[in-house]
Amino acid sequence: MPRLSVVEPLSVIGGAVERGLAYLGGVAQLLGRAFAHAFTSSLKRSLSYQRACHQAMVIGVGAVPVISFITFFIGVIMALQGAYELKRFGALHLIADTVAISITRELGPLVTAIVVIGRSGSAFAAEIGTMKVTEELDALETMALHPIGFLVTPKLLAMLVMMPCLTIWADLMGVLGGSVFGVTGADYTFGTYLSATRDALYMRDIITGLVKSIVFGLVITGVGCQEGFATGAGSEEVGRSTTSAVVTSIFLVVLVDLVFTAIFYVTGGA
Amino acid sequence: MDVDGPIISGRDLRVQYGDREILHGVSFDVQPKETIVILGGSGSGKSTLLRTMVGLEKPTSGAVWVGGTNLAQASAAELDEVRKKIGLSFQGGALIGSMTVGENVALPLRELTNLEASTIEVVVRIKLEQVGLIQFQDFMPSQLSGGMKKRAALARAMAMDPEILFFDEPSAGLDPIVAAGIDSLILNLKQALAVTIVVVTHELASAFLIADRIIVLDGGHIVAMATTDELRRSTHPRIQQFLNRVPDSEVSDDVDHLRLYTERI
Repeated sequence: MPRLSVVEPLSVIGGAVERGLAYLGGVAQLLGRAFAHAFTSSLKRSLSYQRACHQAMVIGVGAVPVISFITFFIGVIMALQGAYELKRFGALHLIADTVAISITRELGPLVTAIVVIGRSGSAFAAEIGTMKVTEELDALETMALHPIGFLVTPKLLAMLVMMPCLTIWADLMGVLGGSVFGVTGADYTFGTYLSATRDALYMRDIITGLVKSIVFGLVITGVGCQEGFATGAGSEEVGRSTTSAVVTSIFLVVLVDLVFTAIFYVTGGA
Repeated sequence: MDVDGPIISGRDLRVQYGDREILHGVSFDVQPKETIVILGGSGSGKSTLLRTMVGLEKPTSGAVWVGGTNLAQASAAELDEVRKKIGLSFQGGALIGSMTVGENVALPLRELTNLEASTIEVVVRIKLEQVGLIQFQDFMPSQLSGGMKKRAALARAMAMDPEILFFDEPSAGLDPIVAAGIDSLILNLKQALAVTIVVVTHELASAFLIADRIIVLDGGHIVAMATTDELRRSTHPRIQQFLNRVPDSEVSDDVDHLRLYTERI
């Protein structure tokens, strides 16, 4: 039966695509509801802000040390890797440009997102998943406190503010990392390295990174919370949700990164 | 919830999870200020019935009226209004793990009322006093024993002065002494608060102690709805079997057997 052999793989692919789209639809719906709750919730507004501020501390301020170290090191690494190639062309003076552009446009937002996925995306899934298993979500619901408004909205608001902030910080630390090589391995002083960086960067380099970071924040919150709500019965399900939240978030963040980078490239060579 | 007649009523209520129908058309009435115990074995559908009465499950057909609102067709806003007038004490407590006992009790008051912080503090202390947990106000739920968690959950359920209090398996998983303590707590509340109380349990002794009327569920059907005295005199074979703790001689139906193990808690 030759027809079956064609139909079967197609149906497998179709099924996978359909599930993927349904998943994205679910995440989008969750985020939409969380946004709606930010404006129309029956919960006390002042307490919602308090929860959002608490989340901002945990998601944002708590991540500063680890993001600082990682992006500083990545700045050094980018300088070393760049120098390896630039030296052959006698263009070592371009090292500040190389580091500045690669960090602000790509590595700052991406590394920030990956650290936040590891710290917060996984925690969202574990927290909401555990609450599901222990009937705490049902308890909130029967008290007329909507779990999405109570749990997701503060995380979403905190994430939308903190992701760009963390990304700017990551950009700065990356450039500082690059300057270590610039000063020790190339003919820069700290001052000339910074002014070379400033000359190399256009505002749009930083803006595109920040736009990406906001979308990454949406993805991380949506996937983390969605996986939490989708947790089945039993504690091992919480582990599964957490793993799935991290893997799915990383995949989607890279995918979103690709799409946005392509869009920025096509529209005006930014 | 100023309604004449029954405060809760089910009419031909059917609930299904996926392809599996759990409640096969049950009808019942609960009068204001009475204490109803829903009694049944594992897989009888009693927890599903409770979840339907508080709006956590949507009926597939039929109606469930709570305080004059049909939950089967209620909008989200109407459902919220009903939920502000009911309290549910969960089997495992379901206290929010990141908040202290006191904060748990204060939660609905803080979010849904405009009471001053000082007033909320007083209300919290009164509720915790009523369940005998006043000295544990600043403890985290993880530091409490099973019985204390249930008491704290009850305090939270009472926080908004509900007109109907629901209990999901109040004595399950507790030693007999603590379980008896919970029973007497429910009895005290019944006298002190004059609220409607709905208790889901499989504990016979506890059911006969606290109930005004008992609804016996079996396999998703109501097999009896009677006062405790009437129930004791019942000759219904299934009720006699339940009251006398006679095990099923054999599992006659594979589907029934499966249901025993697949029913949600």
